[in-house]
Amino acid sequence: MKKMILSIATAPLLAAATLLVVLPQTGFTAGGGAALEHFSPVRTDRALQRGARTFANYCQGCHTAEYQRYSRLATDIGISEEDMSKNMIFTTDAEGAATKVGSLMTNNMSADYAKKAFGVVPPNLALVSRSRGVDWLYTYMKSFYLDESRPLGANNTVYPNVGMPHVLADLQGWTKPVYHDDGEGHSVLDGFQQVTAGTLSPEEYDSTITDLVSFLDYLGDPNREARHSLGIKVMLFLSLFLVLAIFLKKEYWKDIPHN
Amino acid sequence: MSKVSDTMAWIDERIPLTATWNKHVGQYYAPKNFNFWYYFGSLALLVLVIQIVTGIFLTMNYKPDGDLAFKSVEYIMRDVNWGWLIRYMHSTGASMFFVVVYLHMMRGIMYGSYKKPRELLWIFGMLIYLVLMAEAFMGYLLPWGQMSYWGAQVIISLFGAIPWVGDAITLWLRGDYVVSDATLNRFFALHVIAMPLVLVGLVFVHIIALHEVGSNNPDGNDIKKVKGADGKPLDGIPFHPYYTVKDLVGVTVFLIIFFAIVFFAPEMGGYFLEHANYIPADPLKTPEHIAPVWYFTPYYAILRAMPDKLLGVMAMFAAIAVLFFLPWLDRNPVRSIRYRSAAYKAILAAFVIAFIILGYYGMQPVTPMGTIISRLCALIYFGFFVALFFISKNEKTKPVPERVTY
Repeated sequence: MKKMILSIATAPLLAAATLLVVLPQTGFTAGGGAALEHFSPVRTDRALQRGARTFANYCQGCHTAEYQRYSRLATDIGISEEDMSKNMIFTTDAEGAATKVGSLMTNNMSADYAKKAFGVVPPNLALVSRSRGVDWLYTYMKSFYLDESRPLGANNTVYPNVGMPHVLADLQGWTKPVYHDDGEGHSVLDGFQQVTAGTLSPEEYDSTITDLVSFLDYLGDPNREARHSLGIKVMLFLSLFLVLAIFLKKEYWKDIPHN
Repeated sequence: MSKVSDTMAWIDERIPLTATWNKHVGQYYAPKNFNFWYYFGSLALLVLVIQIVTGIFLTMNYKPDGDLAFKSVEYIMRDVNWGWLIRYMHSTGASMFFVVVYLHMMRGIMYGSYKKPRELLWIFGMLIYLVLMAEAFMGYLLPWGQMSYWGAQVIISLFGAIPWVGDAITLWLRGDYVVSDATLNRFFALHVIAMPLVLVGLVFVHIIALHEVGSNNPDGNDIKKVKGADGKPLDGIPFHPYYTVKDLVGVTVFLIIFFAIVFFAPEMGGYFLEHANYIPADPLKTPEHIAPVWYFTPYYAILRAMPDKLLGVMAMFAAIAVLFFLPWLDRNPVRSIRYRSAAYKAILAAFVIAFIILGYYGMQPVTPMGTIISRLCALIYFGFFVALFFISKNEKTKPVPERVTY
């Protein structure tokens, strides 16, 4: 009887828990209607270093990664602060001196200039992997195509009419999207066709984007490794403690007679 | 006499330390048949302590300022030593507080813990729940992300539906014509001082009320009716050490779940920390989909289910208010679900399922189907209380045993 009531009462709660886990993440399909490719970030130092290089060379001219410090990045991706200063910091402070390694990852583009050039200030990318998700970022970076009707010559199937130009066009070359009709009047994206070649092969471009999005993933959650490794220790400790607690409870409760 | 007992005697002559310990812990006799559902009271107290302690450390580094708030949270996450741990414990604690409190309330409903003589105990508990909702709502604004901002905007604007004085009230709540720095500052003050003070006071009164009448149990009978030769209840055991060691097991299991979330899934897939809240608040850009955090969504679904805004707001508040009257709506003296009728069990199951479905639809964007289902579930939600009032009058119950089942 006791068991039955327990199961009656817990069934809805279990159902709720399942609902939470099984349901697709709500509110996470920000913008666009294109299907997103699944992406698993790579968290090796080498991949993050390559991603950081791409970020510094191609993204940071317009975007910032404020909240994140260069020095912290250097420690986390396994390079020295000198190497960081020499290879990744291209900006200057208000006095014109080179930005110090302890600074936040900003850039030298003024908001006024950015608005004139793009219509909006390009967003801070430090948390973009947490607001958009890595699947979105990975697909987005592979979905630029040539569109003469846009002011900067590029459009994107994931984020239609985005203000951002195709910054990596040199590397990827230009593509155009290929659609087919689904029979109900909707055109469905099949994929992209290469129009002009870039300096990288499609495989090399994919690998560059993998590193870049892995880097953005790191920027959004720099403590993940520390969190996981401490978490395992905490779980082990609590499991051992649970065993002791159960024995302690049993020892005390031996005196309590059953009715 | 030893030094220790000398000291205790010295203290006891001045304040009732030993007497208080005995009344509330050492010789507080609790029924010996507490089951799984009885862990959540002590767990709620644990989460309250976690929230207060982590909250103090967050306050040391957080800046309640429209320009600095979002940045200061990221500063805590990246630059403050162990800041990420403190902050994730606080954000996970907020959601887990509601998990624990909902289960605690469910226990109270199932075993009739709100019935005579525990009506005030239930009402103090409901007040705690109400203050907790206010506390959580104000706390959610502080990270100053898009969802913080627009969630607060939507909820505060609900008061605008009140005839004549609505606009004046929203203006008074916000301190501005939109949610702004002024709102952030007052919510911060209320979140870190006013609400916690009230909360701790209510928790104190809740426990005093409990210890005055004694704990209910899964059989819903009164252990004080059957006493041994020593005048102690035969089915009662001292809270300490028996329930302190038992609760230690519950606490450990809870901490395993709690820290598994903190360390491995602090966002809980966007349910504990919403994705849109990683974008700083922007008063000029409304997010595509605004949903409150999961613990408010059943009431939010009831609000949206109503065809009219004022009606929706009234229904939403009524959904919470009706719970206060539970001790008088349930007219059956039998407390525990174990000895109640099949009809009662059926309406209670329907109520719980409706509440969960409402919670789900409260998170979703509005769809015609969702609205129909929400309306149906809102009807079941309120229908439960009406049905309870009539069913409980002449309910066919099973005999309640003198002694507890153990």
